[in-house]
Amino acid sequence: MSTPVGRFDAFGGRYVPEALIAALEELDEQRQKAWVDPEFVAELDRLQRTYTGRPSIITEAPRFAEHCGGARVILKREDLNHTGSHKINNVLGQALLTRRMGKTRVIAETGAGQHGVATATAAALMGLDCVIYMGKRDTERQALNVARMRLLGAEVIPVEHGSQTLKDAVNEAFRDWVANVETTHYVLGTVTGPHPFPEMVRDFHKIIGEEAREQVQELTGRLPDAVVACVGGGSNAMGIFHAFVPDEGVRLIGLEAGGAGIESGRHAARFATGTPGVLHGAYTYLLQDDDGQTIESHSVSAGLDYPSVGPEHAMLHDSGRAEYRAITDDEAMEAFRLLSRTEGILPAIESAHALAGAMQVGRELGPDAVVLVSLSGRGDKDVHTAGRWFGYLTGEELVEEEKRKAEEHPAQEEGSGW
Amino acid sequence: MSTEVTTTPPSTELSRTLAACRAEGRAALVGYLPVGYPTVDDSIAAMVALVESGCDVVEVGIPYTDPVLDGPTIQDASVVALAGGVRVADAFRAVRAVAEAGAPAVIMSYYNLVLRHGVDAFAADLAAAGGWGLITPDLIPDEAGAWLAAADQHGLDPIFLVAPSTTEQRMAATTAACRGFVYVTSVMGVTGARTTVGGRAHDTIDRARAATDLPLAVGLGVSTREQAAEVAAYADGVIVGSALVKALGEGEDALRALTRELAAGVREGRRAEHGEGPQA
Repeated sequence: MSTPVGRFDAFGGRYVPEALIAALEELDEQRQKAWVDPEFVAELDRLQRTYTGRPSIITEAPRFAEHCGGARVILKREDLNHTGSHKINNVLGQALLTRRMGKTRVIAETGAGQHGVATATAAALMGLDCVIYMGKRDTERQALNVARMRLLGAEVIPVEHGSQTLKDAVNEAFRDWVANVETTHYVLGTVTGPHPFPEMVRDFHKIIGEEAREQVQELTGRLPDAVVACVGGGSNAMGIFHAFVPDEGVRLIGLEAGGAGIESGRHAARFATGTPGVLHGAYTYLLQDDDGQTIESHSVSAGLDYPSVGPEHAMLHDSGRAEYRAITDDEAMEAFRLLSRTEGILPAIESAHALAGAMQVGRELGPDAVVLVSLSGRGDKDVHTAGRWFGYLTGEELVEEEKRKAEEHPAQEEGSGW
Repeated sequence: MSTEVTTTPPSTELSRTLAACRAEGRAALVGYLPVGYPTVDDSIAAMVALVESGCDVVEVGIPYTDPVLDGPTIQDASVVALAGGVRVADAFRAVRAVAEAGAPAVIMSYYNLVLRHGVDAFAADLAAAGGWGLITPDLIPDEAGAWLAAADQHGLDPIFLVAPSTTEQRMAATTAACRGFVYVTSVMGVTGARTTVGGRAHDTIDRARAATDLPLAVGLGVSTREQAAEVAAYADGVIVGSALVKALGEGEDALRALTRELAAGVREGRRAEHGEGPQA
């Protein structure tokens, strides 16, 4: 028997039905060939420049930094990418690979809808059929993103089994893939899953850290003292961490969703409370009970609301190269409010966890420190949640607004200009 | 290219059970039910009913929160079982009950449940309960070092899956890692009743036969007597799951009736092969 592949020390691997192994081996072979094929590299580079809008800029945040112990805070602006987050880096790469493998259909899972929208975007761009699986509870909470995906030509299938959230959407995508693997590529949205997904998705995102490492040095004349990023599955974090892993003096800090607090049991703090096990094809840290059944996670941020985490993070955690902390909903929302008011940037609530981490780390390191933050997404999608959190929007107002809209024919809908 | 050598697989009680059925000119009927559906006690009684109604081997399924190889029927039964508080330990009770009823029992479990229990402890508990082997839908031999060692240690049969997409090289390696029988998935897809089992099952069986002398059992999609007969014409075992779960949902009488029908089906396939065609 061949030796295990795709290991990050003990973590990772390939825990999936045999039916998928041939497809995973083909994918592994094709992505390795693609990385050394000048034509593929040039096409990806062209799309990043002319479609995504790379390189993404960095922005120094001096007014926000006053709340971070006076440390210099530098934001890597993945929120400015097309579709509003880092997710596009990965989906463009995987969509190009799909075409290269001669497949005509892509499927993806989505929680809040960000990865689904990004996948639908790439599918539209490249003329691929697209099916997005989304937990039924999530489709009800994110009706606007469902419409967005449908506008882009994707079919959105609500998943009515299990807990009806992201993990069940992943399960359903795997089931579709087993049945349709000859024509279909599964565009997994984060750095977990069976090999080669963790490594491949990281490689499509590593440009974040490569750009930022140069940009920060150009701005400050040195490397940052710490790099902070939120960690759901962990793709933006692996993307920004990767280039800094060899820089031993640079602390790498991942922020998980602490939800209502660790002690409440309602969180997604895999490293704080989880134990190693297998979920969705990878051996890694996960929230599980004594029998190995998956425990549901909770977070105000849908993108961090996932019971498991990428296996490379598990390795960085156990080796001590990276550290992981839990940020509660309250702490994240406070950072959301601060960045909005001090810098005029609405962050995604996911990214607000990283900002809350920067506030902690900046205070610990003091005014001489440079902290690089992965601002992985923009907060437009979170206006409903944040507006209600801070009392600027009430449930009644939302219902009234939607009711009025629903009563008008779209052709008759009137705004009032600016 | 590696040269393919078909070695004589080790004979175990499970492989001898299937071989004995073959000697009778029929296929073995392998019935799957998840423990805990609709309740733990009812599921164990239902498994005993399978034995009494003609199942040759019982697959005791352990419900799991994230069953990626299962279709809606088994997913929904798993949700009911988990909501009812089923535990991994209940599966060992079920194994003991099946063994006491006089049939071989194997467990079918997603790997994390085995891992969490402790791979060696799981094997020890399964063997102590009188179980003969373990089917692992999301574990391939490449990742199964710990389980293979525990299976050797405790005299259990590791049963892996092969699929229509399995390459020749993997077919040889995967069947070589199996004991008892090889689980041949008939279609590219998840568990659940299908109107046709499909030509790919036959083709996959042929490729598996070229790689091993172990008995071959076909699973995924079989729900009727006619399909059981059709598959029995070329396989050594016919695995039925979702259809039995559905029948159990209607009650134990329906379960017994379907099991008897399927048991008749696996006896008709061989005659069909000899041209006495019973099939509709």
